[in-house]
Amino acid sequence: MKTELRTAAYLGGISFILLASAVQAGDWPQFRGPNGSGVSDEKGLPIRWSSEQNIRWKAELPGRGLSCPVIVGDRVYLTACSGYQQDRLHVLCFRAADGKKLWERQLWATGSTMCHPTTCMAAPTPVADAQGVYAFFATADVAAYDPDGHLLWYRSLSRDYPGIANNVGMAASPVVFGDLLFLPLENAGNSFALAVDRRTGATRWKVERHRDINWITPLVVSGEGRTEVLFQTSRDITAYDPETGKRLWSHEGGLSSVSSPILGRDRILVPGGDFTALKAASGSAAPEVLWKTNRIKTSYPSPVFLDGRIYTLNQAGILVCSDAEDGKTLWQVRLKGPFWATPVIADGKLYALNEEGTTFVVDLRTDDDEARILAQNRLEDKFLATPAIAHRSLFLRSDQFLYCIGEQ
Amino acid sequence: MTHRTTVFGIGLVSIALGFSMLLAADDPPLETNHEFEAALKALLTVSKEGKGAAEAARAVRQLSGRPADVLPALLRPMDQASPEARNYLRAAIEAIADNTIAGGKPLPVKQLEAFLQDQAHDPKARRLAYDLLLRVDPTVPQRWLPGMLQDPSLELRRDAVALAMREAEAALASGDKGTARRKFEQAFQGARDRDQVDALAKHLKNLGVAVDIAGHFGFIRDWMLAGPFDNSGGVGFAAVYAPEKGVDPKQTYVGKQNLQVAWKPHSTTDPYGVVDLNKAIGKHMGAVGYAYAVVESPEARPVEVRVGSNNAVKVWLNGQEMIAHEEYHHGNRMDQYVGSGTLKAGRNEVLIKVCQNEQKEEWAQSWSFQLRLCDRVGSAVPVTVVKLRADQASAGTAEGREQP
Repeated sequence: MKTELRTAAYLGGISFILLASAVQAGDWPQFRGPNGSGVSDEKGLPIRWSSEQNIRWKAELPGRGLSCPVIVGDRVYLTACSGYQQDRLHVLCFRAADGKKLWERQLWATGSTMCHPTTCMAAPTPVADAQGVYAFFATADVAAYDPDGHLLWYRSLSRDYPGIANNVGMAASPVVFGDLLFLPLENAGNSFALAVDRRTGATRWKVERHRDINWITPLVVSGEGRTEVLFQTSRDITAYDPETGKRLWSHEGGLSSVSSPILGRDRILVPGGDFTALKAASGSAAPEVLWKTNRIKTSYPSPVFLDGRIYTLNQAGILVCSDAEDGKTLWQVRLKGPFWATPVIADGKLYALNEEGTTFVVDLRTDDDEARILAQNRLEDKFLATPAIAHRSLFLRSDQFLYCIGEQ
Repeated sequence: MTHRTTVFGIGLVSIALGFSMLLAADDPPLETNHEFEAALKALLTVSKEGKGAAEAARAVRQLSGRPADVLPALLRPMDQASPEARNYLRAAIEAIADNTIAGGKPLPVKQLEAFLQDQAHDPKARRLAYDLLLRVDPTVPQRWLPGMLQDPSLELRRDAVALAMREAEAALASGDKGTARRKFEQAFQGARDRDQVDALAKHLKNLGVAVDIAGHFGFIRDWMLAGPFDNSGGVGFAAVYAPEKGVDPKQTYVGKQNLQVAWKPHSTTDPYGVVDLNKAIGKHMGAVGYAYAVVESPEARPVEVRVGSNNAVKVWLNGQEMIAHEEYHHGNRMDQYVGSGTLKAGRNEVLIKVCQNEQKEEWAQSWSFQLRLCDRVGSAVPVTVVKLRADQASAGTAEGREQP
């Protein structure tokens, strides 16, 4: 009984957390925003835009990228890569208000630049906090810069830990928790998860992971008195103690290696052959499987959770809303893909951006459980990166431009 | 004293000597050099796993406030710097350049041009000097690129080739086929990137000029092949089969499923030197194939062995493992894997092991490789590939073929 109570207390306490290192509400500090939720508190976002309407600013980029912009305070950080071999790695900082480029730094890549033509070396999204930005690249180069562009530290993880192998191209993004930066380096060769001190880059812990190519971004979940960092591959989702790297629990199965897990209030929602809702157990016990269903399919985009509902985009470009209690479909609507970007939510609206530059704005405040598409906004550009939301604006990134879209 | 200690000691002496050489006549006044030297040392001594990062970060910040005349003194150490140190040096250089340009002050153009001109310097550092010059002078490409078709910097060379190609295309458009052909040929000789080589080969073919792409890149086309050996369940990558202990083309082996395996010659006519083992050895899954070549080098020289393959591969040069990559069907690109070594004067042996797994998907049926010998710029090294026959002893000679 005591164990049950303790477990209940812990599970009840799992919640979204604001990162401890001075990220403010309204910031969008990492892939899928605050703690990877894909949800912003921002209001007053635009419903309609075009190349002629509601473009607050548009900044030209020096190279390709699938990485998303991240925003902390008045700084918008972004990565890009250029060069025939993609061996020039760019870190850029723009002023959120007007798109002025405040600084740009470059690194020479030290790891393999081999990848599928769809992706590139600037695929992982950087993560930022008040101390600056942590830029991670598919070459396993990682660097930290302060908000003014001074290099704080740099590491070549391909030289530190030889044998990293992913000829399709690495793309999972790092996350920050407290003084720790978690780096997902699951791959077909020397496969591992790494935690470094975000202030110095020094390794805090490193654990071996399954050998397979993988694109899953870690997820930090925090309960009363305990925080876990979750790493997922196609074979497992495993929780580690953030401070020590000690394995806490693991759930194995046919999971996604592309679409990242998300926290749904008291449960961990895991994409895969069967979309699975887990409740973490205490200690090292296996988590409880609350439900699993093959009706929720994810493709490249990851799921988003809001108010007890899971939103997913499947291969056919169908947006599906499912009940997080049991996984049952509540409504679905056919959009037009292909989609690479994960949808994002703010102010009661879901924004789904397809590769061809059309953003579907879907009203989530419906009483009749029927989807209502409010607008389809086209920009003549190619988009693979997940949008960011901050400053009452959407930030969309193509290979050539960073767009800031807001009511004018 | 251990070997490691000795190396460390030599390293410190080298760094000390390096500093005295770096502080040349055009560097800052003597009263600031001590501080500069300490900061530079912090950047150069940063090492793997983030060691020395805090000191290096302080140094970047200190150096960022320095005037632009220190830029050459920060570029020069890149010649010997580690990849980590180079990226720290770059951060300081970019910050200094930003501050200088934002403050309306000039960059040390003459010194940067002198650095760019000196091909003995690190190619990436020279390209950085070029980029700095470009920030303050838009005429830099027209002034510098025409003389850079054979530059050791791949990026400078690429831009020079692109410029020459544009000029050739303009000549062609104006009907001057003679000039176009000459410029296309010059550009082709300089080109090292596949997309440019392909485009130039197409132009030259249209003008009636035949080009040897495989020879241009230094692909080995003449091999002895042996296989299949077992790779069921992926056991073959780590297994040490007989060819890895020494190759004698007359030798036969018992291979996968007790198949009799003998060396047989194979020459590829693929323009990029691709050897299709499904055709040359036979269609097998869960199999290992070996390819062996002998090349004669007129002199001892550094060499890069570059491989492309969808399969897991290991490569040895004169028995020394150069490349080992265990990854299957995630993509294939020319120069995908690169190993650095040394060619001996005279006879050299190249052995590649190509492992095919047991995936059933249509896209996972490729069992092939391409391998070339080149310098660090990607230029073919001058070797003669010895054509071997199975009835010859391993040391046997045969008709050779020059690799340009």
